Amino acid sequence: MSNPQLNDKGELSHLLSIEGLPPHILTQILDTAESFMEVSARDVKKVPLLRGKSVFNLFFENSTRTRTTFEIAAKRLSADVINLDINKSSTAKGETLLDTIDNLCAMHANLFVVRHAASGAPYLIAEHLRRSGRDDVHVVNAGDGRHAHPTQGLLDMYTIRHYKKDFTQLCVAIVGDILHSRVARSDIHALTTLGVPEVRAIGPQTLLPKHLDKLGVHVFHDMDEGLRDCDVVIMLRLQNERMNGALLPSAGEYFRHFGLTPQKLALAKPDAIVMHPGPMNRGVEIHSAVADGPQAVILPQVTFGIAVRMAVMSIVAGN
Amino acid sequence: MNIEISNGRIVDPQRGVNRIASLFIADGRIVGNEVPDGFVADRRIDAAGCVVCPGLIDLGARLTSIEAELAAAVAGGVTSVVVPPDADPPLDEPELADRLVHRGQEIGKARVLPLGALTLGLKGERLAELAGLKKAGCVAFSQANAPMVDTEALLRAMEYAATFGFAVWLQPQDHWLARNGFAHAGEVASRLGLSGIPVAAETIAIATIVQLARDTGCRVHLTRLSSAAGATQVAEAQAEGLPITCDVGVHHLLLSEHDIGFFNPHARFVPPLRSQRDREALSAAVAAGLAAICSDHTPLGADDKLLPFGEAKPGASGLETLLPLTLKWAAAAGVDLPRALARITAAPATILGLPAAHLAPGAVADICIFDPAAEWQLSADSLKSRGKNSPWLGQALAGKVKATLVGGRVAFAG
Repeated sequence: MSNPQLNDKGELSHLLSIEGLPPHILTQILDTAESFMEVSARDVKKVPLLRGKSVFNLFFENSTRTRTTFEIAAKRLSADVINLDINKSSTAKGETLLDTIDNLCAMHANLFVVRHAASGAPYLIAEHLRRSGRDDVHVVNAGDGRHAHPTQGLLDMYTIRHYKKDFTQLCVAIVGDILHSRVARSDIHALTTLGVPEVRAIGPQTLLPKHLDKLGVHVFHDMDEGLRDCDVVIMLRLQNERMNGALLPSAGEYFRHFGLTPQKLALAKPDAIVMHPGPMNRGVEIHSAVADGPQAVILPQVTFGIAVRMAVMSIVAGN
Repeated sequence: MNIEISNGRIVDPQRGVNRIASLFIADGRIVGNEVPDGFVADRRIDAAGCVVCPGLIDLGARLTSIEAELAAAVAGGVTSVVVPPDADPPLDEPELADRLVHRGQEIGKARVLPLGALTLGLKGERLAELAGLKKAGCVAFSQANAPMVDTEALLRAMEYAATFGFAVWLQPQDHWLARNGFAHAGEVASRLGLSGIPVAAETIAIATIVQLARDTGCRVHLTRLSSAAGATQVAEAQAEGLPITCDVGVHHLLLSEHDIGFFNPHARFVPPLRSQRDREALSAAVAAGLAAICSDHTPLGADDKLLPFGEAKPGASGLETLLPLTLKWAAAAGVDLPRALARITAAPATILGLPAAHLAPGAVADICIFDPAAEWQLSADSLKSRGKNSPWLGQALAGKVKATLVGGRVAFAG
């Protein structure tokens, strides 16, 4: 099966998932992002790499936060950015996803940043572009269903590399609702691709997908055991709709067993870092003392996210 | 009309015939392998190098546009199609069944054997008029893929059907476990973030149905098994002597969850494609004679698959690939030709309680003549079906139908 993300030369043409990408491409993105960090510190926060190109933010699912970071990243690359809130426009009138894409291509879009509730939607778009011979139009997945959120995965890797330098000696624990988390899936693929020897998933059985071992992950249902001697703890957001029902009895019971408190964090290595993709539910998955504590790197993640998204967009649209 | 089919390999699984011979047909029936006295052929079909077998009986084919789909059937060597009741409107009134049967006769291609709706509107609540539907030509009763959520309603339906000796066909999937899923709850669904349907959806439904069959004496046919555990349950029920039969969609013998690849919507089926191990167990069960094979023909419009995996409609166009895919399965599973053909001829005939599906003198001349070695490439244009949706598009398949006879008439000649 050929990888639909790569062009004939093996270069990144779309970023749809971390899965299937070779380590050197991940490293190339992280290195490029590092070079962009300096841009954000300038008075004039712009480079002309995407000057004259049109970036369409296609958000079929609401997300002000992710959309904003993509918008900032594209503007720092000097692209023209068009934000489309699809929920309220064409698809509400019955237009299909691919009709929307064709229309925007006719407006000379160069890059689509796509957020969609259905797993695999960006693949459908990339495949459609390939079949229509539009090799010059690129897709970046900004989160599809439960499947992938590759730029979040990459910014998590950037953060880990920034603080821990070497991936090949690390133990990383991902805690919480992995079943419904596209971030977790992207993190898992990125971590295993970059050579992290120990990736752990911690959560109740109702929130962990089956067959995680096939992805190279060790599963823990006891948080104390799972956090022991970890270098990195990635907390996941627990969506409101999961908190009271068949998956979990209550937010309170969840916090008692899987919330990250200072006591639990003490089981990890003393220099362990705590990450969270945001937005956080304080008192549900994370205690404020941890979220605001010295080991949390949650705000730097956001800053790195812009550089990583600049890197991804400049690479796919540059190839 | 007198027809001579000369020098083909006659493969008649039911009678254990497998030899090169000619076949003579008069007045819609098979006369024998020797030329009868005074026989003058109105038409000669040279079958040298071809296999001559009973016409295929497909246990599940949707006829969305009936003319095109019946033409597709005979082009695929299929002489009888069992039509599930999930048409629009559902086949829950005798007049609808009557109209479908007559329309099929008018078109004069494959025979149409409708399944009547078990409940009104397939809602799983009120019984349809089963006896009336039967009189109008329905061969059995089914919910198609619509759930029977209320177990009491299912019990009553089976009791009522058993009263008249009618068979009930059920797709075993627990509604609650299956309702939100669209792929096997296995490693691929976990990796791709697709919501899964566990094997327990099938085994729980089979356990319920088997128990109710035991209690009611109702004849049950389970459609489209998908799992190793499900096949084991059916084998156990049969060993117990319960009147339970089953079939497997041909795609489930050749594909697994891994064929979803990067969200290929053509690999979306009801029930879902399961693990390699399930696929192998189904293959072994079919090889051992537990289940018949069917196409589960589901013709869809072009747009129905141009959607993200979970939004795409499930199913594949299958009438024209039933034969080549069965041959492909047989070659991979090491099953010889007569045993493979039995799964799409004699076995479905037995399930339906039909007398035909053999080539003995006196039998109705429903016949398929195909070249087992001829390779062809499946393309949208090559399909007579309106449904161009197939996971095999662009692939080479071996086994090409040369002619199909229905009731001694040439319904298709390739």
